[in-house]
Amino acid sequence: MMVQFLKNRALTFIVLGLLGTVPLLMFWSGSDYLSLATKLVCLCIAATSLNLILGYGGMVSFGHAVFFGIGAYAVGIPAYHSVYGGMDLIATSNGFFHIGFAIVLAALFALITGAISLRTKGIHFIMITLAFSQMMFYFLLSLDTYGGDDGLTIDERSQLPFISLDNSVHMFLLSFGALLICLYMVHRIVNSRFGLVLQGAKDNEERMAAIGYNTFAYRLTAYVISGAMCGLAGALFANSESFVFPELIDWTRSGELIFMVILGGGGTIIGPVIGGIVFIVLEDVLSRFTIYWHLPFGIMLILAVLLGRTGIANWFKSDGAIKKPAEGNHE
Amino acid sequence: MSDVILRIDHLVKSFGGVQATDDVCLDVQRNETHAIIGPNGAGKTTLISQLSGGLKPDSGSIIFNDQDITNLPVQKRCRLGLARSFQITSLVMSMTVLDNVALAVQAQDGHSFRFWKPARSISKLRGPAMDILADANLQKKADTVVSALSHGERRQIEIAVALATNPQLMLLDEPMAGMGPSESASMVEMLKSLNGTKSILLIEHDMDAVFTLADRISVLVYGRIIATGSPQDIRENQNVRRAYLGET
Ligand SMILES: Nc1ncnc2c1ncn2[C@@H]1O[C@H](COP(=O)(O)OP(=O)(O)OP(=O)(O)O)[C@@H](O)[C@H]1O
Ligand SMILES: [Mg+2]
Repeated sequence: MMVQFLKNRALTFIVLGLLGTVPLLMFWSGSDYLSLATKLVCLCIAATSLNLILGYGGMVSFGHAVFFGIGAYAVGIPAYHSVYGGMDLIATSNGFFHIGFAIVLAALFALITGAISLRTKGIHFIMITLAFSQMMFYFLLSLDTYGGDDGLTIDERSQLPFISLDNSVHMFLLSFGALLICLYMVHRIVNSRFGLVLQGAKDNEERMAAIGYNTFAYRLTAYVISGAMCGLAGALFANSESFVFPELIDWTRSGELIFMVILGGGGTIIGPVIGGIVFIVLEDVLSRFTIYWHLPFGIMLILAVLLGRTGIANWFKSDGAIKKPAEGNHE
Repeated sequence: MSDVILRIDHLVKSFGGVQATDDVCLDVQRNETHAIIGPNGAGKTTLISQLSGGLKPDSGSIIFNDQDITNLPVQKRCRLGLARSFQITSLVMSMTVLDNVALAVQAQDGHSFRFWKPARSISKLRGPAMDILADANLQKKADTVVSALSHGERRQIEIAVALATNPQLMLLDEPMAGMGPSESASMVEMLKSLNGTKSILLIEHDMDAVFTLADRISVLVYGRIIATGSPQDIRENQNVRRAYLGET
């Protein structure tokens, strides 16, 4: 057990160490991958947030990108009004407001949609989360003020003290710091009382109810935390790209997040980060060879998920054997 | 508080054409072990599920400690002191034995919206859980993942988890199902040690165990209680012999 624990911890530190330094070293030696790395880090935060409910909670949300999109627009819309006027209530370039707005809106959306969708199970849950995200997708498409399907360019990034998000190094470090905080939060949460109840309910909901837990309330809370965290990822992403657009919420985006979690190893802390790195690297490499990269990419993802079963992070566990998923999973 | 801990009043439940619970009236006295026996498909599990809250009765009422609990959800009934074990083992398979029992202890220790402190290092959860395992002679298995346990051990953990919720009334659905003779014997010992301190509604096919443990026995056939009485009464009851005990 101890060896396994250390190996996993070592893996976590190695992956994060590389992720935090390699893009900067490359930047200083002349090849600029920093904005790609920042995008990657934002996706890793989103995947980490999904991991809390999917990997630890067994909730297959097929609309998780909606929170990412909400977070992104929560930066884009106030920034737009700050530059072009109107909507005085939210018109500001204050970064604390942007990030807070992103987190609160995403959490609220998670609370409302979660309260409805978590009444269902299995395929129904997948479909209803998908439906909510598509609703938001079409809603944003219809918002002509904010560019409709063309998207909205952010003319002025979030203003924060001491750092400038126009500086790509600052932008990267801020995102990376946010990723570290999110990973640590998930680590604490899943080992807390709350986290054990969440994992117990994933494995055997009937049992958890029989010993006195209102599993719905715990799931909903996890869903809200997860949505809020994903909103933060979207807010950072919007600043990095200085552009927001409805396709951020497209269902394929949600599918990609699921792939990252499953590919890297759901239910492990570092898994979604590994999944995110593999995903971005593959996407970048393949798209250089062919414009028809989606097909080989999709095939590789499916193969990886089928062959890997439990995800890359679990290959490094010391017991050698690839662990089967726990029996009796309900979803 | 009255001496009756559980009163079942004219309970009815049918599945399509099958009358699984047919106007059942039954009392469980405080600290008695009340056994329910009956042939396969008599409606025993269906009755337990209505008591624990997993199934809604069509009509009738369930009174626990003078409170009508007929419409309460499972987790609320549990918090009032009603625990069940399942005929088919139902545990958190991916967690360790100690985790399973500690989760039941945790459920009794206020809400679990506590997000920061590592739960596995909280001694007021792990300590009592370990004590319960020690009482059942299972402390050696504490760190074993439940999916790696034998069937008999899982049955014992099933009871340990129910006990860990500190219940007043335990609803035990065939705790000895599928156990070997020596495992059954230790289960009987364990249940015997609870005699007089916990109220138990026991469903069991093992007649030796039933006649050893029960203070009173009710016989359920086709969803109906056909007799209730002391083990002696039941043994001698002609209807019961004909309907169930097969003239043994
Ligand atoms: N969910 C259900 N839907 C339809 N019929 C059911 C359901 N549950 C139980 N039944 C029927 O109700 C009757 C009583 O079943 P129950 O499981 O309560 O019997 P039991 O006394 O526990 O039997 P056993 O000794 O085999 O465990 C049976 O005829 C069964 O087929
Ligand atoms: Mg049964």
